[in-house]
Amino acid sequence: MTTYPVRDSATMLRRNLKRMLRYPSMTVTLVAMPVIFLLLFVFILGETLGAGINGGGRAAYANYVAPAIIMMTVMSTVQGTAISVAMDMTEGIITRFRTMHIARVSVLTGHVIGSVLQAMLAVGIVTLVALAVGFRPTAGPLEWLATAGFLTVLAFAFVWLCVALGLAAGTVETASNTPMVLVLLPFLGSGFVPTDSMPAAVRWFAEYQPFTPIIEALRGLLTDAPVGNTVWIALAWCAVIALGGYLWSKRLFDRAS
Amino acid sequence: MKGAPAIAVTALRKSFGKHTVLDGIDLHVPPGSVFSLLGANGAGKTTTVKIMSTLLAADAGEVRVAGHDPVRAPDAVRAAIGVTGQFSAVDKLLTGEENLRLMADLHHLGRAEGRRTTTDLLARFGLTEAARKPASAYSGGMLRRLDLAMTLAGSPQVIFLDEPTTGLDPRSRRDMWQIVRDLVAGGVTIFLTTQYLEEADELADRIAVLDHGRIVAEGTAEELKRRIPGGHVRLTFAAPQDLEAARQALPEAVPDPDTLALRVPNDGSMRALKTLIDRLDDRAVEVDELSVHTPDLDDVFLALTGQPT
Ligand SMILES: Nc1ncnc2c1ncn2[C@@H]1O[C@H](COP(=O)(O)OP(=O)(O)OP(=O)(O)O)[C@@H](O)[C@H]1O
Ligand SMILES: [Mg+2]
Repeated sequence: MTTYPVRDSATMLRRNLKRMLRYPSMTVTLVAMPVIFLLLFVFILGETLGAGINGGGRAAYANYVAPAIIMMTVMSTVQGTAISVAMDMTEGIITRFRTMHIARVSVLTGHVIGSVLQAMLAVGIVTLVALAVGFRPTAGPLEWLATAGFLTVLAFAFVWLCVALGLAAGTVETASNTPMVLVLLPFLGSGFVPTDSMPAAVRWFAEYQPFTPIIEALRGLLTDAPVGNTVWIALAWCAVIALGGYLWSKRLFDRAS
Repeated sequence: MKGAPAIAVTALRKSFGKHTVLDGIDLHVPPGSVFSLLGANGAGKTTTVKIMSTLLAADAGEVRVAGHDPVRAPDAVRAAIGVTGQFSAVDKLLTGEENLRLMADLHHLGRAEGRRTTTDLLARFGLTEAARKPASAYSGGMLRRLDLAMTLAGSPQVIFLDEPTTGLDPRSRRDMWQIVRDLVAGGVTIFLTTQYLEEADELADRIAVLDHGRIVAEGTAEELKRRIPGGHVRLTFAAPQDLEAARQALPEAVPDPDTLALRVPNDGSMRALKTLIDRLDDRAVEVDELSVHTPDLDDVFLALTGQPT
């Protein structure tokens, strides 16, 4: 029997956008966290960290940390996806969807597309705040475009992972805790300080974990930091995470009753 | 499809680990009828509904819903059914109207038709006034009605209602019964589970009693009542010595604890009543009050499952 995945996904997307509007405190919280981190790092720690990293001050550190905060914004929003997916699962409407003749995957794609849009909105807000507190990117129009594309890919990949985490969580409580890793891992990478200042074991981990190339790629795109092949490594990580998250989600979704 | 059963189940089995929930059940539901599956808590009603509505795979047995196998042709089954589960399946963050529009969209009704269906259903289920309120603000009865309205948005042929009135007050329960009767008048098939004998008696053309994984009885309410040995006559007495005298006259009687009363097995026919009264007269027993009880479904359930509901 024919299904209409695009049409059903659009319907589910409308549902998710409505839910986000109806429950704005979630979006606000998700945007507020990176903004607070940004202000904390730039105004409280910026002077010292800036001096330690490149002999600059607060302004130099703002340039260093802003790309990491922008990435953190994406992670913070996708964390919200895990929560809303887990919430859905407990609400019972998903059970109704399962008894209906609709394209099954649309339940998940609705969440994914909604969250990617939410993430881009949040990134826009955080970027404006970053600019206001002294972030001075050197990116031209083309680089900005590339950055937007890169962040979309990043959000898309991690949203799928978070959909799976939300499905696997069982409770809303768990769903709000497990993806915390995504917000904390950048600290064990080059997000806030360069990795060469870290103890050997941590440095080794930092160099090989996905967030380091992702942050370096963003820095390369937005500022005059060297890009190298970090963009490609980051995109490869995204592809792996997206595929893994998608397959895991699909399995969990098909199996749950 | 005319005349073919709406639901046909043979030798259905389902276990969770070592716990056998359905131990070979057969069900046959003709189109356009109301079938009620009656069972106590944990009898396996929801499990049965889940299997028929493609949510759960059976371990063994044949299942056909609207002519299709829920495992091999789940989408064909889903296209034919509507399910109102035991637990509310509405989006609490959306309004009643938005929930119904969501259903209309998922059934691919056009814009105009979707709007019309939504308006109609809101009116039919008394939700027009609350249409713009979020479902989280609805009362239990309103939620249940919205839930059922959502089930009907796709005009299903076969409707599953899993304990549709559990937790509702008597008035909401009656409203729900009326809704179900109206649906049947429209020609759909309804498979309803309930713990309430009264509900099955009120609504169902046929009733099956599920107990310990098996169908222990099946038939119309009348047929089930006939399977019970009979009703009883209740005798009440003014004084303990009358009661004692009656007990001697009627050794088959069962005393009612706490009260001065006896239950005497009796089918309630004129002949049986006359015999009973003659036996009491012979011993000159004073009876304060006599009432005849024909068996109701509670007696059926008690007799069939060995436990009251
Ligand atoms: N997923 C599951 N895993 C393990 N056991 C289960 C599962 N689902 C149901 N059961 C068990 O199967 C039995 C039947 O459950 P079911 O929900 O079908 O009963 P029910 O007749 O609907 O009861 P109720 O009137 O309480 O709704 C119960 O003992 C229940 O604990
Ligand atoms: Mg149940």
